[in-house]
Amino acid sequence: MRVTFTVNGREESADGVWEGESLLYVLRERLGLPGSKNACEQGECGSCTVYLDGEPVCSCLVAAGQAEGRRVRTVEGLAEGDRLDPVQEAFVECGAVQCGFCTPGLLVQAHDLLERLPDPSDAEIREALAGNLCRCTGYEKILDAVRLAATKKGAAG
Amino acid sequence: MDFLRPTTWAEALAAKADQPEAVPLQGGTDVMVEINFAVRRPPALLDLTRVAELREWSVGGGECRIGAGVPYRVVVEELGGVVPGLAQAARTVGSPQIRNRGTVGGNLGAASPAGDSHPPLLAAGAVIEVESRDGGVRTIPAAEFYLGVKRSALRPDELIRAVRVPSAPGPQYFSKVGTRNAMVIAVCSFAVALDPARRRVGTGIGSAAPTPRRAEEAEDLMARELDWDGPTLDPALVERFGRLCARAAAPIDDVRGTAAYRLRALDVMARRTLTWAWNDHRGRRAA
Repeated sequence: MRVTFTVNGREESADGVWEGESLLYVLRERLGLPGSKNACEQGECGSCTVYLDGEPVCSCLVAAGQAEGRRVRTVEGLAEGDRLDPVQEAFVECGAVQCGFCTPGLLVQAHDLLERLPDPSDAEIREALAGNLCRCTGYEKILDAVRLAATKKGAAG
Repeated sequence: MDFLRPTTWAEALAAKADQPEAVPLQGGTDVMVEINFAVRRPPALLDLTRVAELREWSVGGGECRIGAGVPYRVVVEELGGVVPGLAQAARTVGSPQIRNRGTVGGNLGAASPAGDSHPPLLAAGAVIEVESRDGGVRTIPAAEFYLGVKRSALRPDELIRAVRVPSAPGPQYFSKVGTRNAMVIAVCSFAVALDPARRRVGTGIGSAAPTPRRAEEAEDLMARELDWDGPTLDPALVERFGRLCARAAAPIDDVRGTAAYRLRALDVMARRTLTWAWNDHRGRRAA
């Protein structure tokens, strides 16, 4: 089947999509957007997190057909041109990236957190990131990065 | 495989009637896992996320009606006052990403014995509203809905339209055992709901029998012996309540825990949640 939806502000179509295919597969394999990562395929790891109509979801659990006509924003859509989002800058500055596999999902999820709660407590950060697994033991740096991003956004806002 | 995309409830019912083997799809947090892992290859997926009325909820006539497409996030954020037990359980589901997509309706459709919604629905005496094109609307009490492991009273041509939960007439609590505070399938879970006006204590047990179930003997005990107006909760009565709740379960040993552990945990959770609820009841009485 053909599926058409908006990705990072642009309308995109994919043809020959299998009806049981996930949004994640369409993004990565058909639309050339490999930022969202494919790991657990069961919603456990959060590395495929994208915005769907403004809400972060695991794109591995969204059937491609469910995205028809909807708005998707992936990690590739966080930066504006060459200018990284404050969340991305903060991850770089804090060394919150080791192998990088969990990073795209964490960026989208942390981005959403700061959109909703500009000055989150540590408990709120932990809660927001509870569904994003990092296996390089990087959580402390990730928490540092989210705190720094909140400061950066606060200063910019 | 077909991908069916009804935009109205009537279209959805027609699609299910014409193709009863079509698998309803809401947030995909169960169905898509099975498809991703090739555990399931249904002839058709019936996407219900475009049926707007399923995403509505309302409160009135002494109950809260929650459309089958209302995600857990909304239950947590907006329904904590009217259905606190269910909202607490919704709060323990998966992660924020999962709660943005998963629904109580989907939990009912999957009918897993470990589903987090079931114990509070049982404890509160909820009813499930289902409909088919040819059979019309039926309401099924939660206590009669679960028939076996991942089997429910839903007929092949029926869809779940809503769940109706009585507006909480008293304190409600949910408790769940897992290895983490997030992203866990329950090792076992328990819900309690107090109805002081009717002198009733409702219960719900999760993940400790082939289906979610009530602890009826424990409920009967409380109906007979709980002194709702007394100054304290009799510790001996609490102990008997815990034992009867555990006795109502029929757990197995599996990857998440042993049967013996589950029985012990249920005993503890039953006593704990009852005590929390009683303390709230006493506080409200004094206020």
